[in-house]
Amino acid sequence: MKDTDIKRLLYTHLLCIFSIILSIFIPSFFLENFSILETHLTWLCICSVFVTAVNLVLYLVVKPNASSKRSSLSYKVTRFLKCCIYFLMSCFFFHVIFVLYGAPLIELVLETFLFAVILSTFTTVPCLCLLGPNIKAWLRVFSRNGVTSIWENSLQITTISSFIGTWLGAFPIPLDWERPWQVWPISCTLGATFGYVAGLVISPLWIYWNRKQLTYKNN
Amino acid sequence: MQKISVLLFLAWVGFLFYAGIALFTSGFLLTRLELTNHSSCQEPPGPGSLPWGSQGKPGACWMPSRFSRLVLVLIDALRFDFAQPQHSHGPGEPPVSLPFLGKLDYLQRILEIQPHHARLYQSKADPPTTTMQRLKALTTGSLPTFIDAGSNFASYAIVEDNLIKQLASAGRRVVFMGDDTWKDLFPGVFSQAFFFPSFNVRDLHTVDNGILEHLYPTMDSSEWDMLIAHFLGVDHCGHKHGPHHPEMAKKLSQMDQVIQGLVDRLENDTLLVVIGDHGMTMTGDHGGDSELEISAALFLYSPTALFPSALPQEPEIVPQINLVPTLALLLGLPIPFGNIGEVMVELFSVVEDPQPHSSALAQASALHLNAQQVSRFLHTYSAAAQDLQIKELHRLQNLFSKASADYQRLLQSPQGAEAALQTVITELQQFLRGVRAMCIESWARFSLVRMAGGAALMAAACFLCLLVSQWVTSPGFYFCPLLLTPMAYGLAGAIVCAGLLTATGLKPDPVVLGAMAAVGSLLPFLWKAWAGWGSKRPPAALLPIPGPVLLFLLIRFAAFFSDSFVVAEARATPFLLGSFILLLVAQLHWEGKLLPPKLLTIPRFCLSASTGPPRHNGTHALGLGVGLLLCIRLAGLFHRCPEETPACHSSPWLSPLASMVGGRAKNLWYGACVGALVALLVAVRLWLRRYSNLKSPEPSVLFVRWGLPLMVLGTAAYWALASGADEAPPRLRALVAGASVVLPRAVAGLAASGLMLLLWRPVTVLVKATTGAPRTRTVLTPFSGPPTSRADLDYVVPQIYRHMQEEFRGRLERTKSQGPLTVAAYQLGSVYSAAMVTALTLLAFPLLLLHAERISLVFLLLFLQSFLLLHLLAAGISITTPGPFTVPWQAVSAWALMATQTFYSTGHQPVFPAIHWHAAFVGFPEGHGSSTWLPALLVGANTFASHLLFAVGCPLLLLWPFLCESQGPRKKWHPLGNETESRVKPEEEEEPLMEMRLRDAPHHFNAALLQLGLKYFFVLGIQILACALAASILRRHLMVWKVFAPKFIFEAVGFIVSSVGLFLGIALVMRVDGAVSSWFRQLVLAQQR
Ligand SMILES: [Zn+2]
Ligand SMILES: [Zn+2]
Repeated sequence: MKDTDIKRLLYTHLLCIFSIILSIFIPSFFLENFSILETHLTWLCICSVFVTAVNLVLYLVVKPNASSKRSSLSYKVTRFLKCCIYFLMSCFFFHVIFVLYGAPLIELVLETFLFAVILSTFTTVPCLCLLGPNIKAWLRVFSRNGVTSIWENSLQITTISSFIGTWLGAFPIPLDWERPWQVWPISCTLGATFGYVAGLVISPLWIYWNRKQLTYKNN
Repeated sequence: MQKISVLLFLAWVGFLFYAGIALFTSGFLLTRLELTNHSSCQEPPGPGSLPWGSQGKPGACWMPSRFSRLVLVLIDALRFDFAQPQHSHGPGEPPVSLPFLGKLDYLQRILEIQPHHARLYQSKADPPTTTMQRLKALTTGSLPTFIDAGSNFASYAIVEDNLIKQLASAGRRVVFMGDDTWKDLFPGVFSQAFFFPSFNVRDLHTVDNGILEHLYPTMDSSEWDMLIAHFLGVDHCGHKHGPHHPEMAKKLSQMDQVIQGLVDRLENDTLLVVIGDHGMTMTGDHGGDSELEISAALFLYSPTALFPSALPQEPEIVPQINLVPTLALLLGLPIPFGNIGEVMVELFSVVEDPQPHSSALAQASALHLNAQQVSRFLHTYSAAAQDLQIKELHRLQNLFSKASADYQRLLQSPQGAEAALQTVITELQQFLRGVRAMCIESWARFSLVRMAGGAALMAAACFLCLLVSQWVTSPGFYFCPLLLTPMAYGLAGAIVCAGLLTATGLKPDPVVLGAMAAVGSLLPFLWKAWAGWGSKRPPAALLPIPGPVLLFLLIRFAAFFSDSFVVAEARATPFLLGSFILLLVAQLHWEGKLLPPKLLTIPRFCLSASTGPPRHNGTHALGLGVGLLLCIRLAGLFHRCPEETPACHSSPWLSPLASMVGGRAKNLWYGACVGALVALLVAVRLWLRRYSNLKSPEPSVLFVRWGLPLMVLGTAAYWALASGADEAPPRLRALVAGASVVLPRAVAGLAASGLMLLLWRPVTVLVKATTGAPRTRTVLTPFSGPPTSRADLDYVVPQIYRHMQEEFRGRLERTKSQGPLTVAAYQLGSVYSAAMVTALTLLAFPLLLLHAERISLVFLLLFLQSFLLLHLLAAGISITTPGPFTVPWQAVSAWALMATQTFYSTGHQPVFPAIHWHAAFVGFPEGHGSSTWLPALLVGANTFASHLLFAVGCPLLLLWPFLCESQGPRKKWHPLGNETESRVKPEEEEEPLMEMRLRDAPHHFNAALLQLGLKYFFVLGIQILACALAASILRRHLMVWKVFAPKFIFEAVGFIVSSVGLFLGIALVMRVDGAVSSWFRQLVLAQQR
């Protein structure tokens, strides 16, 4: 493993973080009364679009996994459509999980669904970019000794930290502080965002510090 | 390790916890008996004539009334120094300027201008300084504790005699405005009332502005005799900002204006009382007993002159409850029966007549009335309860008789000197103060030492559980000597203590003795254990809990310290449980136990994949997890809201069907409930059939086959009667009433007889096949003769077992039977869990009967949920090793979490008004007469049903992985279907031993049971410890009596129920084990004959 790889990883991650920061500040130039807490749903959509776009661009530019064998147009189109279906399915899957965890079933459906969308953006989209619509590869990456490159390693870290952030975000909801951000699902979406950002920051550093121990045998 | 010693050890650990809980409770939960007696005008408190010949006068009672009307302004948390006059300090010293000082200007002015009309006192409130307790004290004149025994737990209404009740029964009109706590305390007493919500502490103005809107119009309308205004702004300002905030100055100035407005409107016959119910600490909280919390302001003002003397230099200090007898006598009312306050003699002077003699006489007569009333109360109370010190009681009674005699003598000779009167006054005051001191001693003092001691004992017991659960499976753990010596020490210590105490003449307190015994046995044990093992093991081994479980336990521990989380526990527990389950699934996947290894590793990377072959496929585990989440979410639909969250709506499904209107919906629901019952029955029978335990001719199995359907029938019939009792035709009323008495008792009786049968013959094995079986081979044992020792038996039993399997197989082959090949094996392989499941079902039905009908759906979910959880947990445990068996921490934690979750989803909340009192009338529709233990048992069984079921079912955590063992091989055989193969292969492969593996290693079996018990004890102990710590650390918290203390009580009782259930569950497993042993022994004898 070369240090340049880690450097590239760091730069891509910084770009991702930058896109989140942009999604906070840019809309206020175009939209009246934009703020994360008050027009939360708008921000969710914008943030989701920004992060997805940056991920796609980075994937096209950096090409972290080796060149795919086939490159016909129809193959690419089916692949893209498959990715879209996977993304939608993951949104619905997360929505169901949230409801099972105690989110209201009928009220606030839009809020819950957008929350599922943003969580999918932080977790499913990078998976799709890096591994493609290939469930087996996903299962491999998220198991012990399953990662084969620093890209997969960082994917593992950011995804898990996004989930942990979301989970921690649910804790302030019952407290009686009566803050605007304690309303469902704002604390959870903020938790997911912080978790994602933390994962983006931590993973290059962690890989850098453990670069001696990490040996990906197939490379 | 012996079975009996396992049970002894568990009992000992339980005792340690009980001793800690009892010690803590005795220091924290102060109790007192509530008497319902009332004083009345017609009945004077004692012999002797009433003073001033008051009986003849109209409107007069024990004493003629001085004021006909009263305005009581209660400013919540008005600390004394908020109203204190600002003395000018020494020259050069800058005046202290704090937001709360000197803001009550008008009050100061009036004190200076009209010293004979107004007085400021420093009143001392008794702890607990919480509003509800203070309001009780301010109206009853007593010392309310948290548990006023005899009070009605279902509501907060005051049952004791009190001022408001006396006013109402005298026909006076009481108008109230302010804090809605009064609505709960005095339901339906006020002639007019304006209640405002008090719960939102952040809201400073709603209550105060609401009062101000009504106060002056009501004053002017004069349709009142007593006007109460309870302002909350100052208190809420303290909670929100603390006293050192500019907002406090504004609030106090507003209060000052209120007082001014009232004084301007007062008429001559009216008394104005401004009082704070308690103070506040530097941070604005209250509830405890610090100086700042108990000092409150008390201001009296009368438009006519009231006080003969001039203003004293420093305001006098008076106990808060002294206001009660004073107001009662001033208003011409009898003093409330339970009052122990002392009249403020200053207010009973005769102002118009400057002669000192008449003043002293008036004061003495008021005091004497007061003392007579207190003496009457003491007499009644000490006859009903024994918690007052007898010696002191005698001394006080003698004091009173002497003072009373002196007073009567003085009355006979009216020319008595003033000095003699003063002596009588002093004597009476001594008596009253002595009574107060005695009552405070036993009713109103937190004992920090006991609280700390109890918490420390619980913590030590938790530590012990952790330690021993780690060591018990290690080889060479001989704890018989370890256990017996400490027990002897503990017993000896307790006896010595008791002896010492009796020798010194003190009454030995059983709580202290228990704690002494616990400490006396705990310390030697820990010391010996430390000496024995501490040196050999690294300290890291002391913390055997895996990281994620530790995290969950920590979260749970911390959640008890936040009132929001305690209130929201009904939602937080399913969340935690769901997270735990998903974590389990994720962990299984992470460790590669769910998918075949070739999927997880790239072909080039096969070498390092050394994980064992997965026994479950991924979709199976994921399905279990999602099914569990679904069950938990569905159970969450049966949710009862805590009263603290007004926005939440309780589920309508918790109410009994009888309360429903609309026949169609009712019928549908009834059908669903009976469906749930039948589903439960069918599920249990299917389960038993799957492991073939249903074929045995044993009586307990017969009971499952015939008795259980009977129970279902009885329950369904009872529900039909209960939900439609009002619609029955009149002719059948008697029949219906009779049936609703008989049916629940019959179901309970059936369940009890079933349990008895199960205890009598717990082995559910088909013995028929063994009798007269052709002997193809002799028993494969190198030994002959009857087994003499335990070791022989332990050796011989598995041999016999294997032999029997072969024999059966041979016979089955010969008869060409196509039934399952392992009939006998499955019977014996699931003998423990079959008994457990039967026992749980038998327990569940009577408990179900105590709940509302629709809770049966939750019970069905409960069984389903625990079944899924057991399967999921079993997926993570490998049982191929013959070595020590362990139950992993995650299993025990998830089990305990699920018990808590079920507590909430059966419609309970840890507060007293939420208890399902109707459970006491199931089977006893006419009530219980004077018996109290039976209704308490029924209500307790209803409340702690989930604790009991899960604790009894705890051993299933150990048994289930063995049960799941059969799934692996069988699944492989069945698809083959080919007859020759299915006959040949099983002979080559060893049959699954299942639970007989446990019998293969009886020592490890016992150790595993002990370990399981200790781990469950630890998880429960952590919870009760957290509750105790939260209640003691946060004893100043606003919510301590509303949230933390009830939570502690519920947890404590739940712990006791759980520990008893755990003990019974483990004992049941051991009983089955013993029965299996004797069954084998008989078999051996039969073979040898
Ligand atoms: Zn208060
Ligand atoms: Zn308060």
